[in-house]
Amino acid sequence: METTQAPLLEMTDIDKAFPGVQALSKARLTLRAGTVHSLMGENGAGKSTLMKCLFGIYKKDAGTIMLEGKKVNFRDPKHALDNGVAMVHQELNQVLRRNVMENIWLGRLPLKRGLVDSDRMYRDTKAIFDDLQMNIDPKAIIGRLSVSSRQMIEIAKAVSFNAKIVVLDEPTSSLTEKEVAHLFEIIRKLTARGVGIIYISHKMDEILKISDEVTIMRDGMWIATRDAGKLTTAEIIRLMVNREMTQRFPPKTNTPGNVALQVKNLCGKYQPTFRDVSFDVRKGEVFGISGLVGSRRTELLNTLFGFYAKESGDIVLHGKPVDNSQPDKATRNGFSLLTEERRATGIFPQGNITFNTIIAHVRAYGKLLLDGKKMNKDTEWVIEALNVKTPTKRTLIRSLSGGNQQKVIIGRWLLTAPEVLLLDEPTRGIDVGAKYEIYSLILKLAEEGKSVIMVSSEMPELIGICDRILVMSNGRMAGILERGKDFGDIPGEQETILTLAAMYV
Amino acid sequence: MQQGKAFNRQRVTDFLLHYAMYIILLAILVTVSIIRPNFLALGNILNILKQASTKGILALGCAGLIVLAGTDLSIGRVMGFSAAVTAALVQSVTYKSRYFPGMAQDLPLIVPLLASIVIAVIFSLINGFGVSKLKMHAFIITLGTQLIAFGANCLFIEAQPSGTAQALSTFNQTFKDVAAGDLMLGTVKIPLVVLYFLGLATIMWVVWNKTRLGKNMFAVGGNEEAARVSGVNVVRTIMLVYLIAGVLYGIAGFLEAARIQSVGANTGLGYETDAISACVIGGVSFSGGVGTIQGVVIGAVILQAINFSLNFIGVNPYYQYIIRGLIIVLAVAIDVRKYIVKK
Repeated sequence: METTQAPLLEMTDIDKAFPGVQALSKARLTLRAGTVHSLMGENGAGKSTLMKCLFGIYKKDAGTIMLEGKKVNFRDPKHALDNGVAMVHQELNQVLRRNVMENIWLGRLPLKRGLVDSDRMYRDTKAIFDDLQMNIDPKAIIGRLSVSSRQMIEIAKAVSFNAKIVVLDEPTSSLTEKEVAHLFEIIRKLTARGVGIIYISHKMDEILKISDEVTIMRDGMWIATRDAGKLTTAEIIRLMVNREMTQRFPPKTNTPGNVALQVKNLCGKYQPTFRDVSFDVRKGEVFGISGLVGSRRTELLNTLFGFYAKESGDIVLHGKPVDNSQPDKATRNGFSLLTEERRATGIFPQGNITFNTIIAHVRAYGKLLLDGKKMNKDTEWVIEALNVKTPTKRTLIRSLSGGNQQKVIIGRWLLTAPEVLLLDEPTRGIDVGAKYEIYSLILKLAEEGKSVIMVSSEMPELIGICDRILVMSNGRMAGILERGKDFGDIPGEQETILTLAAMYV
Repeated sequence: MQQGKAFNRQRVTDFLLHYAMYIILLAILVTVSIIRPNFLALGNILNILKQASTKGILALGCAGLIVLAGTDLSIGRVMGFSAAVTAALVQSVTYKSRYFPGMAQDLPLIVPLLASIVIAVIFSLINGFGVSKLKMHAFIITLGTQLIAFGANCLFIEAQPSGTAQALSTFNQTFKDVAAGDLMLGTVKIPLVVLYFLGLATIMWVVWNKTRLGKNMFAVGGNEEAARVSGVNVVRTIMLVYLIAGVLYGIAGFLEAARIQSVGANTGLGYETDAISACVIGGVSFSGGVGTIQGVVIGAVILQAINFSLNFIGVNPYYQYIIRGLIIVLAVAIDVRKYIVKK
């Protein structure tokens, strides 16, 4: 073994704190040349934060990063790229209306007599594609290509920089089996040349197949680094999820009653989407939806609310079919939706608490002129009932913490007196204390007889507060699990969910 | 089978969406030439091209700003100021109430041309600075600079020795020959301004398609974040695109002075509408990152052809405004359809 040689990349004792959360504490990662090193952990375990610290997107609070034995500190992703460290993001950052080769050479277009040398650009691109056995026309408009092709193009771009390290973030979430095989071939080609790959994924079988080593993170900390050959799926899951479960969730106090909502053979209209989803939700039930990234959970919720178009299927509330073809109709039918992207589609950042509280319920405050007293009263009720921590009701919502913003938005929907609450990742990006309060709130709403449907990427919270869990896999239903039978202090419950989630992938 | 059919229908829809503007406008022109067959005479066509040229040059400039997902409301006033400065410097030395009474002989034409360009470039760079460095929306900064340009132009025209604010006119012959002359091709008189327009369009085609600046412009307009992480200097790119727009506005001001022969405070009023319309009709998208020089040239010509033909068949001018307005609304409505993402 060449033990004397310095590792390609060595990150040690990396700390990073955000207001209210210690995102990383003494995290570490060692990547050797010519190997694939997988980084695993639940959502929020700190994988992407660690990578963002490497690329200078976040400034680390402490720790050192050594590249081939030399200390480095990248200013931004471009600086990292110039030093041979490339990242292929899950969200592809490309200029969609331009062609493939321009996207690859952007920022360093080859010149000939002062003009862009398209021929050379074409030849160079073609050479890289041929080398990687990719069959993509360098002159095709990138926005017209499939997501998988675009994914491959980003990898080719990393290759064109002669990158020594390539970070792949969930590269297979939108790929078919055949495309995954192709990707793996490319990865093996690169490692044979001495490139080091950091591979971030949730998919156990892939990880075990492609990796040399696996590092597991939990709660911002390094947990273990093992040889992939000596790991099993069960072992990885144990390392990933093993933690104190006491006191993270309030006691379950709700009791589900009669069936309130029936969803029958629902299919989304525009690709990519889900098909043939059917389930019932009872009055006073907390109904969870689980699945991997790309399992179309959010699309399902958005379609139930009429935000996305449905192709076919029925939504039945109390035995009567309802027309939820538009969000305003859904609202009138007693539905409400807490969206996944709080910043993008939840809060009105320039508005104060009052505005953000009453905005979904404006029609209740008068036909022509709005009743200010009533709006204030309702806002005060939301602040009081949901325990929103704010100086005044005139405070701008953007100055509150994520958890308190979320409470305001939940309050906004409670004012409309919904029967069915659709919650998409209700605790994303909020700290542990505030999460507990949100859980209590959800259970209290169920206790009052509301039907709550909740999408979450965090398995423990679904297990902690749901009565039943629907598991989605690649746009299809993989199964519905029941508390007391399949989960809820049942050994192997997370494995059951993960297995179902991977069913159609 | 069914999929093949659906695919075909999709392709037909795409085709119609893509060429809808051209189809509609062609239909108008065909209708006009059926009503009045002599519409298609060579003289008329050259006339349309001549009238389209100055506004076409302005459109070539502002198209780049629209590709950057911006706009320019200051075009008309800035060009008006440029034209006034040109006019003051090319007045005939025998004209008694000229702007510069001390001027005893004609200046070389390069002087008024450069002066005209400098004026327009100054305003354009202010706009570019506002957009790139101060992160202002192009609409707002150009809304401000157009007022500044107008005020400065009025002060300039008012400062003439005669003490009145009369329009600047009576230009020297060389200027008229060069800027508004014709090239005799056998018996056909080709207006020089048309050749200038086509020449500038060719240069701009090279800039857009063959230079780093052009590629970077499309990248910044299409996805500024992607351009930035690829190492494109976004501020520099935006400033250069504005600089080029300024140069084109300056040239347009110089040529326009010769065409209208008398430059007053209101010269250029509303030209931004025509320049922007030409871009939009030519397929330059307001959402940024999309457009071609060919499209802009065709857009400018088609717009002028419509104006001309509506006049030609004697449509009431008030109706002409309504028709032109409808065409712009239609062009944008179709353009938006092309890129809508369904969910």
